[in-house]
Amino acid sequence: MWTIIEQIFPYAIVFTIPLLITALGGLFSERSGVVNIGLEGLMIAGAFASALSVNILQDKMPNGSMVLWIGLLIAVVVGILFSLLHAFASINLSANQVISGTAINMIAMSLTVFLARNLTGSGNIRITSGFTPFDVPVLSQIPIIGDLLFTKTYATTWFILLVLLVSTFILNKTKFGLRLKSCGEYPQAAQAAGINVIKIRYMGVMISGAFSGLGGAIIILTYAGEFTGSVSGLGFLALASLIFGQWKPLGILGATLFFGFASTIANVSQVIPELAVIPPIILKIFPYVVTLLALVVFSKSSQAPKAAGEPFDPGKR
Amino acid sequence: MRNTIVSLISIILGLIAGGLLMLFIGASPVEGYTYLFQGALKNISRIGDTLATATPLIFTGLAVAFAFRTGLFNIGAAGQMLIGGLAATAVALTMDLSRPILILVMVLAGIIGGSLWAFIPGLLKARFNVHEVVSTIMMNWIAYWVVYYIVPANFKGGTETESKLISETASLKMPLLTEMFQGSYINMGIFFAVLAVIVIAFIINKTTLGYELKAVGFNRHAAEYAGMRVNRNIILSMLISGALAGLGGVALYTGNASSMQIGILPSQGYDGIAVALLGANSPIGVFFAAVLFGILYSGTGFMNAMIEIPPELANTIIAIIIYFAATSVLIQRVFNKFRNTKTNSNDVAGPVGKKGES
Repeated sequence: MWTIIEQIFPYAIVFTIPLLITALGGLFSERSGVVNIGLEGLMIAGAFASALSVNILQDKMPNGSMVLWIGLLIAVVVGILFSLLHAFASINLSANQVISGTAINMIAMSLTVFLARNLTGSGNIRITSGFTPFDVPVLSQIPIIGDLLFTKTYATTWFILLVLLVSTFILNKTKFGLRLKSCGEYPQAAQAAGINVIKIRYMGVMISGAFSGLGGAIIILTYAGEFTGSVSGLGFLALASLIFGQWKPLGILGATLFFGFASTIANVSQVIPELAVIPPIILKIFPYVVTLLALVVFSKSSQAPKAAGEPFDPGKR
Repeated sequence: MRNTIVSLISIILGLIAGGLLMLFIGASPVEGYTYLFQGALKNISRIGDTLATATPLIFTGLAVAFAFRTGLFNIGAAGQMLIGGLAATAVALTMDLSRPILILVMVLAGIIGGSLWAFIPGLLKARFNVHEVVSTIMMNWIAYWVVYYIVPANFKGGTETESKLISETASLKMPLLTEMFQGSYINMGIFFAVLAVIVIAFIINKTTLGYELKAVGFNRHAAEYAGMRVNRNIILSMLISGALAGLGGVALYTGNASSMQIGILPSQGYDGIAVALLGANSPIGVFFAAVLFGILYSGTGFMNAMIEIPPELANTIIAIIIYFAATSVLIQRVFNKFRNTKTNSNDVAGPVGKKGES
């Protein structure tokens, strides 16, 4: 049993990280008052941007992980640019945010494949090598946790955990974080207090674009290695994690870890005799059913930002 | 009227954007669009294919539009299609009935499958106020995996990822229709779709039920205050929406196709949102929007074969159309500004006494 857990753990964490960072991006957007259902599309945009840039750059500067970090950076920039479409529609034009987000998803899904197919013919973009897993020196020698947490880790994992820490601090302890949250709760009051709601909401949506782009890129540069035109619904799963985690950074961490483990277990169940007795269909639908149940349980005490999804109307009282 | 103008402008802008994309990859937009429209409408067989492509889109568009009228965002049409299609396929492969009865039972199975899948989010929304966007997405993935395991276990066909082919008795394809359209895969699904457009238009515009559903969509609290049973109406709206999407599944898997593929969420589910939006949530608008998307989808295949433009151009154009439709405020603003400047200049020139009237 122990060896199974030991084997599953690193994979589950690798799978969790893109979800975590994307959901965290969604947190910034929704806390500022803009529902962002376009996370899936923003992830795809990031995945495409990183795969393409790494694919091109790896020929020119073959050595080192420098290329990969540049790929991540480009994914962030592309994610931000894409999210501006959503920000413009939902903040400046008071468009229906769910519809605008849906449009973002559709544009990203089709435009990336259109461009990729034009470039490679097949529509897939392969990278020669991604981040390589490594054992953290010293820490991986610690019994039990060393095996679970510090072996076969990716540099991006530690980077994202750092982003999580910083984000938690920013949201709860800085002027910007508190202002952001106030815009999602009661924007009219925030404006009366002299806060530029439009600007803050733009920041929120742009952060979600940056983080989702990063999430999509990490999928490509760690475990996928190839852009195939989708991120298999992970963006939507991130959205569910956001609600599951009740719009709190630590809650999101818990929710995404749950999804990471549930998916990994479902994926490897056939090769592990102890798990193979459970019908695979049960394992596959388990995370989704649990999410539905969790939504019911949390419905009574939902912590959703009160103004999320509503266009900002300064005249409203 | 205003909705129609906004939709038309969105379509034009989307097509212009598509043209720019073709220029961007070094193709000629004129040539591209010529092939695209030729591919969709060149001869009777291609027109048949275009209508067949539009058929599931009419259903999913109606499904999304109907729920929209009650203020519900049914993003789960894909899952409802899968379950509706699975139910119909199961009937087609297991029941030995005469053709009219078999098809009737298949259609009923599709309706039940689709509405069952929509019932759960509807119930969760009505009873626990769970947001239907997230719950329908979850239901989509559950449907995906249900089909993924049930089809190979019970109805395994030639390959691992495909169900058995349904018999000719069970197929919605009619020899007469196929002959009339010279070998196109158009089938009786299109008749069902047109019927659905009429029935849904009737329900929305002419019945008490439709009135109540719209009232709930406009203002849930006001509707409740007026004595309407809001929760019941929410569930009912989702049931009808799911039934329509389920029928879309029947049309897709037992009409256009003859088997079910596993591992795919049908793209028509998501496209239904686009169809509904472009059709301004009116049944007749949905019909025309679906036909337009049918033209784009079936035309890009031919275009791709003739010149090197990826067929994803259709999806891209549709996505851009939807973005413009979603930001229609912008179009209206420009429109109003244009009109205001015109009236203002009239004001200046006109007699003083006329001011303040209008």
